[in-house]
Amino acid sequence: MILLKDGQVYLSDKKKFEKADVLIDKKIVKKIAPNIEESKAEIIDCTDKHIFPGFVDLHCHLRDPGYTYKEDIATGAVSAAKGGFTSICCMPNTNPVIDNVSTLNYLMRKARDVGKTKIFAIGAMSKGLEGKEIANIASLVKGGVVGLSDDGNCIQNAKLQLNVMRYGSIYDIPMICHSEDYSLSGDGQVNYGYESTKLGLPGIPTLAEEIMVSRDIMLADVTGTHVHIAHVSTKRTVELVKQAKKEGIRVTAEVTPHHLVLTEKACEDYNTNTKMKPPLRSEQDRQALIEGVLDRTIDVIATDHAPHSDYEKELEFIKAPFGVIGFESAFPVVYTELVKKGIISLELLIDKMTARPAEIIKRDVGLLTEGGSADITIIDLDESYIFDEDEILSKSKNSPFIGKEMSGRILYTICDGKFTWKKA
Amino acid sequence: MKNTLNLTGRNLYDLDDYSVEEIETIFETAKVMKEINKRDYKKIPTLRGKTVVTLFFEDSTRTRISFELAAKRLSADVVSFTSAGSSVKKGEGIQDTVYTLNAMGVDLYIVRHSCPGVPKLVNKYSGKPVLNAGDGRHAHPTQALLDMFSIWEKKGSLKGLKIAIVGDILHSRVVRSNLIGMKKMGANVVVCGPRTLMPPKIDEVYGAQCVYDLDTAIKDADVVMALRMQLERQTEGLFPGLSEFTNRYGLSKKVIRSAKGDVLIMHPGPMNRGVEILPEVADSDHSIIIEQVTNGVAIRMALLFLILGGKPEREVA
Amino acid sequence: MHKKRKILDEKEMERILKRLANEVIEKNKGCKDLYIVGIHTRGVPLAHRIAEYIEKFEDEKIHVGSLDITLYRDDLSSIEHQPVIQDSILNFDIEGKKILLVDDVLNTGRTARAALNAILDYGRPGSIQFLVIIDRGNRELPIQADFVGKYVPTSKDEIIQIQLKETDNADNVLIYEKNEES
Repeated sequence: MILLKDGQVYLSDKKKFEKADVLIDKKIVKKIAPNIEESKAEIIDCTDKHIFPGFVDLHCHLRDPGYTYKEDIATGAVSAAKGGFTSICCMPNTNPVIDNVSTLNYLMRKARDVGKTKIFAIGAMSKGLEGKEIANIASLVKGGVVGLSDDGNCIQNAKLQLNVMRYGSIYDIPMICHSEDYSLSGDGQVNYGYESTKLGLPGIPTLAEEIMVSRDIMLADVTGTHVHIAHVSTKRTVELVKQAKKEGIRVTAEVTPHHLVLTEKACEDYNTNTKMKPPLRSEQDRQALIEGVLDRTIDVIATDHAPHSDYEKELEFIKAPFGVIGFESAFPVVYTELVKKGIISLELLIDKMTARPAEIIKRDVGLLTEGGSADITIIDLDESYIFDEDEILSKSKNSPFIGKEMSGRILYTICDGKFTWKKA
Repeated sequence: MKNTLNLTGRNLYDLDDYSVEEIETIFETAKVMKEINKRDYKKIPTLRGKTVVTLFFEDSTRTRISFELAAKRLSADVVSFTSAGSSVKKGEGIQDTVYTLNAMGVDLYIVRHSCPGVPKLVNKYSGKPVLNAGDGRHAHPTQALLDMFSIWEKKGSLKGLKIAIVGDILHSRVVRSNLIGMKKMGANVVVCGPRTLMPPKIDEVYGAQCVYDLDTAIKDADVVMALRMQLERQTEGLFPGLSEFTNRYGLSKKVIRSAKGDVLIMHPGPMNRGVEILPEVADSDHSIIIEQVTNGVAIRMALLFLILGGKPEREVA
Repeated sequence: MHKKRKILDEKEMERILKRLANEVIEKNKGCKDLYIVGIHTRGVPLAHRIAEYIEKFEDEKIHVGSLDITLYRDDLSSIEHQPVIQDSILNFDIEGKKILLVDDVLNTGRTARAALNAILDYGRPGSIQFLVIIDRGNRELPIQADFVGKYVPTSKDEIIQIQLKETDNADNVLIYEKNEES
């Protein structure tokens, strides 16, 4: 048994904080109440600390199988735990692709063996992510995937996308859309606009995202499928999603921490750790994303944790791959830049990192309630520190936040009643 | 005389971190170098014992020769590295290429690469001063300096001049560096070309005026610069074809008439005669295109001298 | 602070320059094919003054040029300030001519060495002669002047300063002692 004493506890059912103790027995939260006495429990003093439900990440890349020099299931799980995550959903762009049951089984088995973090798989929409034929969706769903996505790739052929949604609609799982029109994004490297001109790099216009978002919203409307727009980056996308929601179309959306706190200006030094898809946009877009989080157009904050090895990122900007890691910086970055500055409330941030993503994948995680599973994160919100490259536990260090000062130190992560992270 | 300038050991990525005073020093020095280039004996011992590498990952004959001549006339040892036929073709990354060259004792790198930002990368790996000889469509500061020097020589100053730059603005590194430099030196720059070949927010980024009509651009201009138009842009769907381009944006005698009487015609080369510029203009008395090439060597000598001739970690009183 | 002593005043300078002009004429048996080149900075006005005297004495026009030796220095990597190059003006062909180099002070000989190299890059003169106002010893290279205004043996702790009307508003030669405390 573990007893968390005197912490500020986020109660998922009330969506607010109360000072209380939390008693964990095996995998379950047995009791949440003030002044619990339990002599047999290991006691953790949580005075002045916050106790949250374990975070849920809707969008990450674990690179396993196939690219384990970047990350593998074990290192990914540890990195996630250090960031306070207890549940993560990994994208299918591995090698082989998660478009078949045997690869899915490999992933699930390895995830179980590692055990540190609950890992959910997202299956491919098209075979081999090639955008040509529908993947074995029925088998994947039966095998336990929580969503479908061709993330990293985007099905360009509207008819195929329509058929994927039609075919998959009967299973009621989210279709997670990385929305990008390749004819518009082309060889683009950064946002098309001020910085692309200044840096002399080909630009990716916001239109490349917005045109596909429009299409996918219409397809969601026609098929009745739940479409989840991954990593929203533009103002107009926020407007499109808002309008669709108003019309009752089943659409949800996520935003990454880096799109919420950084703009294209971060690319000015040709730092390849600021290169990702979609690219960092303008300040106007960033403000719209924050607005979208506030008015609940954007449902979820997801990391899009995308590890790449240092020798891949230590390259000419154009040659370096897209993507940045995110588990270990996600909470502190958003907390420091948005919550601490009074722009969004802590309760809203927690909702978007726990209950909302869990709701979208329809899994019983991300809630801190009596009788619920003991997935918990304990954070010292007041501790400030420098985000140090040497302390990153992911195999890859491609973070745009290295060297930045942030608040919110994750002290403990508990998954299924076991410590998966303890700050030394 | 107390001299507060400090160009020794500096990098030249682009002109944004060079002051007006520093640019003028480069011009004054280039004037001296130009005189040396006119002698029968075109060599001075200034950089004896220094080693300079031209690290060219992208084909370029003119710029490379210009740099090599400049370095040789200052008596530096010049090693020429081109990616064709080099270890790069065998898959060696830029990091290792630079480490290898650095281990052999290089004092300065002259870098040309198709990807913006690479000169900075070379400095990061070498710790040695880097001269950007063109990085993608980002910057080409030595070309801009020689362009501005050519105008400065003829007009005495760039202050208040109307300079029109015409053509494929989007893909031109020459334009970007010139926009920064010319603005700094007080010129009013107008860029002109088809809208599909214009980068976004160019007015906001560089404070340049952007027009799509050639006559408006050229009217009362003191300087008109044409840019090389590449045929590939046609297959990329950016413009319909060369003949329509020439009709609308080609510099002809008739078009030039609305510029000032003493207008200077420039082109960074290599020229497509009959496309962006007609021979009647390229070979006219207004044209200083050949002199630009001459000035290129002088400007590069000046830069090499100012950057390599002097104590590196020096405090300036 | 430095201790200062005056070695030459305006009057004495004038006498020395006149004498040197005469010596030049005497040695060259007139001034045919003689071209005078001053070394930047103070050698240039001195070259003009010597030329004026020779013109007065011989009633013949003398060509004067200037030479900047910055690009020929052997100590570029140890100098303190960004070198500023001045124009070298040699508006005449030096091939086969008699060249008279003029400088203010001869010390280590390194400036003279650089000047010789610089002038030789312009062509092949018939001969080169060297004139200085002050020779202060301390030679580091085997170089001697043909015409010397005044020998002032000094130590390396002393500084000789030549002031000229053209550059400093007065004609003076001063000697300083470097003070250890400064």
